[in-house]
Amino acid sequence: MRPFHSRSLTRRGLIHRSVAAGLAAYALPAVLPAWAKSTVNLPLPGGPDQRDITTAFPQKGAMILQRTRPPLLETPFDVFDRGVFTPNDLFYVRWHWAVIPNSVDVDKFRLNVHGAVNQTLSLSLKDIMALPQIEYAAVNQCSGNSRGLFQPRVAGGQWDNGAMGNARWTGVRLKDVLDRAGVKANAVQVRFNGMDEPVVPDAPDFMKSLSIDHARDGEVMLAYAMNGQQMPLVNGFPLRLIVPGWYATYWVKMLNDIEVLDSPDTNYWTKTAYTIPDTPHADIKPGQTNVPMVPINKMVPRSFITNLSAGATLKAGVSAPVRGIAFGGDTGVKQVDFSADGGKTWQPAQLGKDEGKYGFRQWQTKFTPAAKGDLTLMVRCTNANGEAQPAVPNWNPAGFMRNVIESTAVTVA
Amino acid sequence: MKSRNFARQIFTCMFAVASFAAAPGPAQAITLKSVDITLPDSDRDLPDGPGLAAVQGNCISCHSPGMILTQPAMPKAAWEAEVAKMRNVYKAPVSEKDVPDIVSYLTAIKGTK
Repeated sequence: MRPFHSRSLTRRGLIHRSVAAGLAAYALPAVLPAWAKSTVNLPLPGGPDQRDITTAFPQKGAMILQRTRPPLLETPFDVFDRGVFTPNDLFYVRWHWAVIPNSVDVDKFRLNVHGAVNQTLSLSLKDIMALPQIEYAAVNQCSGNSRGLFQPRVAGGQWDNGAMGNARWTGVRLKDVLDRAGVKANAVQVRFNGMDEPVVPDAPDFMKSLSIDHARDGEVMLAYAMNGQQMPLVNGFPLRLIVPGWYATYWVKMLNDIEVLDSPDTNYWTKTAYTIPDTPHADIKPGQTNVPMVPINKMVPRSFITNLSAGATLKAGVSAPVRGIAFGGDTGVKQVDFSADGGKTWQPAQLGKDEGKYGFRQWQTKFTPAAKGDLTLMVRCTNANGEAQPAVPNWNPAGFMRNVIESTAVTVA
Repeated sequence: MKSRNFARQIFTCMFAVASFAAAPGPAQAITLKSVDITLPDSDRDLPDGPGLAAVQGNCISCHSPGMILTQPAMPKAAWEAEVAKMRNVYKAPVSEKDVPDIVSYLTAIKGTK
């Protein structure tokens, strides 16, 4: 049995100093001396639960190291207590293939637009940035965020809840770029490819497609900045596709190729990978077969307590503030409810400033534990479509789309 | 805040030759500058055991040991499926004769007890 304080950092001071440095993280030494090495324990059932905290990645702060190559870096959960925008240097990182260009010359970079278009384009960053600028907040969440919490456990990146982040993205409408190329009437999908490549030449290059209507909805963005700054290279510099409300698998990083397709995309990453059971909550029973599968798509509501970790101690008879973050998925947050009795009774929480329907929304409330003992705190988000988080966790073999009501066990002393 | 803006202006000037700003819009002007980084190498080792050489020779070129070390315990059949996926879907050039060694190593260090 693991201790309840399993999400605590063993060297909190180090983490906080690194985070407080913010943009100045660039100035930190790339590799900390061995004595400064720290670890974090993630509450993954059955383990392994220990992860290194790394500061070895350029342009990044102290991150939970899931895998060095290709990088899988998780955001330490206490970051989410500091505000609704996740700092760029602490924003999680996920790559599929290990061949990632380590340099980008902003003068030489080109975005190619081709396929079922009237005119093939080769756009410089200067060309792109001359188009009308748009900006909005949006949550970027890995399809497999929280995969490590699935039971039975499944193979893949063993994330806790930190494979998500919220940023203010700045860029141009994909629609404007497509209009400039002139989409032909027979177009059905648009496929996006980044500069990363597989190690093995005949392995499937990572590409994702959206329907032509989705691509032209005026919201899908080619972002050249996050939180007002150019993004770290490992977060997709210099251009990243932003598909608000949809899982991050579509948010192609280091985007340099857009192909308008006149027939449905059959590439592995769109057609076969990142598919979910076509069932409510993408939920099936372990071992269940012959389930129709569909590409993963819209996100679903989630919420978290951020100021109390599992194992926290509260005082009986003393009012305790509770706060956290919520997001609605593909729409805004309508309501967040809090329970201090394991879900028997719920009280509405107060919502913080609305920074945009696709972003994190802060919530807060308070409660007074009456008597000593153990309590299970819960938080539940209902989105603007009326969709609420389920009480029972979903399961599927890829570990996608977890959005069960999360529980935090605390002790009242 | 003021000093940060000032620092940003200086930064912008320094990189003016190799950078440019977005057209003024609803947000602040963004300036991009070229980036050249080096990603770190993994410093983690896989535990010793039968089949380690096959794993090192076949698996580690595409992903560092952390991919394996963070996995939960799974049944042998699940590891067979993983290795098959790496070969068939991700085109890992793993020879047929190495497959049993890889599966037995993974099952030994990450098998369901």
